[in-house]
Order: sequence, then structure tokens, then C-alpha cells
Amino acid sequence: MTNVIEQLGAWAILRVREMGRMLLFLLSACAWLVRPPFRFYQIIKQLHFIGYKSTFVVVLTAGFTGMVLALQGYYSLRKFGSEGLLGSAVALSMIRELGPVLAALMVTARAGSAMTAEIGIMRITEQIDALDTMAINPLQYLIAPKLVAGVIGVPLLVAIFDVVGIYGGYLVGVDLLGVSEGAYWNSIESAVEWKDVYGGILKSVSFGVIVSWVCSYKGFYTRHSAEGLGRATTEAVVLASVLILVWDYFLTSVLL
Amino acid sequence: MIRLIGVEKKFGDQPVLQGIDLSIPVGKLTTIIGGSGSGKSVLLKHMIGLLQPDRGEVWVGDVEISRLSGTRLNDVRKRFAMLFQGAALFDSLSVFENVAFPLREKLRMKGPAVTRRVEEKLEEVGLAGMGHKFPAELSGGMRKRAGLARALIMEPEIILFDEPTTGLDPLLAKSIHDLIVTMQRRFGFTGVMVSHEIPEIFTISDWVAMLQKGKIVLMATAAEFQRTTDPEIHEFISVGGTVALPGSLVG
Repeated sequence: MTNVIEQLGAWAILRVREMGRMLLFLLSACAWLVRPPFRFYQIIKQLHFIGYKSTFVVVLTAGFTGMVLALQGYYSLRKFGSEGLLGSAVALSMIRELGPVLAALMVTARAGSAMTAEIGIMRITEQIDALDTMAINPLQYLIAPKLVAGVIGVPLLVAIFDVVGIYGGYLVGVDLLGVSEGAYWNSIESAVEWKDVYGGILKSVSFGVIVSWVCSYKGFYTRHSAEGLGRATTEAVVLASVLILVWDYFLTSVLL
Repeated sequence: MIRLIGVEKKFGDQPVLQGIDLSIPVGKLTTIIGGSGSGKSVLLKHMIGLLQPDRGEVWVGDVEISRLSGTRLNDVRKRFAMLFQGAALFDSLSVFENVAFPLREKLRMKGPAVTRRVEEKLEEVGLAGMGHKFPAELSGGMRKRAGLARALIMEPEIILFDEPTTGLDPLLAKSIHDLIVTMQRRFGFTGVMVSHEIPEIFTISDWVAMLQKGKIVLMATAAEFQRTTDPEIHEFISVGGTVALPGSLVG
């Protein structure tokens, strides 16, 4: 019994220590953001990697999400004779929830895992130590640009997701299922408010931080082995995804 | 220039360094030898502050670095360069960009001045015309040369070499050793090398120190070292330094 309690205690201490180290990692990287030299080229490069290169997968996901939302929504709304509200149902779901969450999850799976692997390999092959020996802070050079790129890139991708998703819903709802085009767009115009949009923006900005932070952290502290790198990549994706969902709940409860 | 006084270091319950007292002569090439897993790389990393000792002091000139961090440690590191075991070239940058990296980042140099210095350095290490290649396209020996060019580009006072010839065939290893010696003689930096290459290190090093059971058991000029009558040290250097000594780390 004592052994079990001891192990539980040791596990809890390890987890708390890990959380503390993660937070210090984020705070240190943020502190380096406001100190020169400012790495604009690195930020652009990361924006290209996190943002531009995730566009295709985000567009694909958004299109089919909008389409399936319209399909499901139509048959539910038809029971109440409210097919005309399909546009607002699709748009509000996209803008408030599905856009930020699904776009962030796609970015985590694509760019986040690659980020962890890239930084992890740099750790294993001593490239991060090489930066240290050159008196260049790895947090400033490697991590801070990724944080900025996440904060800028994810909201832009979410915006694309929302637009494509609404059009996906239009394709199925109007073209396939015969909902009135006017009713579709009018319901969006009357239902969507500015607070829905800035709520989505707030979520997407915070999700951008989570993806870059968690995935960079896991890569930065990878253990020196192929197995360690594999584990770090898996943990990064899982932890970032779970944090996105948990934080989404808390943010939604505050915003509503 | 570099002094370690009573340095101790443990990883978990495993003691690695158990009271290192070592002074590195200025302007000379000192090689540290010892069995596999004896802590040679750990010792090297203490000299540049990549690791901090559990006890003891590490002096670089008149600055004690073992408790330094941030800007103050970076100020000391500006005197150093390091050639890592795998060269640690940045994968996403070409050879040219790797060698130019310290010039651009630390001196904020740009344009033709950078190109001129990098091309000169690449020629000195035998990589002329290879600047456009990426690390993945290079052989092991070429990567080491590129790493050496990057280490030399800032003309540092001190260069640390972590097993610069590990994994290379004997001819390539000799060419890297010859390059290190030539550069050291030309630029006069203080060199500290960790190596397994016995007996070659006795022909290129000014001083040799042996790490055994977490302590420096002998430090002497290369010639004096070879004349040691200590039976364990003599056996080690006679069989080429490939035998793991008692008390060394496993893995």
C-alpha cells in the first residue's frame, strides 16, 4: 500500500514539475519576443510552414465539414419546417466552434508533429547545443518565431476554414437539397453577430499558441533516441489536441 | 585559460566526474583520453557551460562560469567555438549558410564580406565549391570539415573538439587531425580535444590528459605521457585506448 502511494506521489510530483517547466518554457520564449534581434525572416519562414502549407488540408477538412453539417442539419431542421435556417446553423457552428477547433487540430496533426520532429532531431544531433555554444539563445532563434507564426497563422487558417465550410454547406444545402439560396444567406446575415466572430478569433489565437508551445516544448526536451523522438511527437500531438479541446470548453463557457 | 577545480558531476545516482582538477595550457592543443563512457564529453561540455557541475569550479580566464547563465554566460561563450561529434550542422541551411551563420548572427555582417570570408574558410578546409550543398548531401568527413570551418570562421580563442574523427576511416581521420593541427598552428587558438585515436593523438597534441574513474590521473606533454610507468595507463595507450576501464559508464 505504501509503495502504491509512493509511486502515485512520485508520478504527481513529476507531472507538476513538467507543467512548471512547460510554463517557464512559454514565458521565456515570450520574453525573448520583445528583445532584439527580431527575427522577421524566421517568422515569415515559420508562417509559410505553419500557415501556407496547412492551407490545403484545412480547405479539404472545411469543405467536407461544411457539407456534412449541411446534410445532417437539413434533415433535422426539416422536421420542424425550418430548412431556411440551415445557413445560420452551418455558419454559427463553423464560426463559433468547428472552425477554430478543427483547423487547430489539423494544424497540430500536420505542422505541430513536424515541428516536434524538427526540433527533436536538432536536439538529438546537438544542433541546439551548437546554437548555445555560439551564444545564440535557442528559445529566441527557434521557438519565439514559431509562437508568433502560430498566433498569426492559425487565425488566418480558421478564417479560411469558416469561409470554405460555409460554402461547403451552401453546395449541399442549396445545390443538392434545394434550400432557397436567399434563405441560406439571409439566415447567416441575421444570425451571425460580431461576438461570434471575435469569439472565434480569440479561440484561434489561443489555439495557435497552444499548438506552437506544446509541439516546440516536446521537441526541445526530446530524449536522445529514435524512440524518444517518436514518443515526443506522439505526446505533442495528443497533448496539444487535448489542451485545445479543454481550453475550448473553458473559453466557450466564459464567452457565452 | 581554462581551469577546472574539484569538479564533480552525477547523472541520477551515477557519478561521472569525481573531483576533476585540470588546467588547460593557453595556445596549445590538449587532448583528453579515457575509456569509453568515462565522461570525456561531459568534461568538455563543462568547459563551455553546456553542463553545470554539482560541485567545484570552472574558470575561463578570470570568470567562474559554473553558476553563470544568460547574457553573462553568452559573453564568455563568445570566446569559444565547438566542433561536435556529428558536426551539428544545421540541416535546413547549406554549407555556405552554416559557415556564414556566426558571421551573420553575431557580427551582423552582410553581403560580399561574408561571401569572401566563407569562401576562404571553405578553401582552407578543402571544401571549395561545396557551399551550395546541404549537410545531408555530404560524407561524414566533409561534414566534419564544414563544422570545422564554422568553428574557425570567428577566429575564436578556444576551440573544443568532441571526438572529431569518430566514425571516419583511418585516412580521413588523419586528414581531419592534420587539418586541426594546421589550423591550430596557423591561428594559435587554445584547443581541447576529446579523442580515442591512439597513438595518433600523441603526434598531434602538445599535452595529453587521461580521465579515469572520474578523475584526471595524468596530464603531461605528449612525449612524457608515452613514457609513463603507470601500468594501467601504459596498458590503455598500448592497446589503442579501446578497452573500457573499470568504473566507466555503460551506455
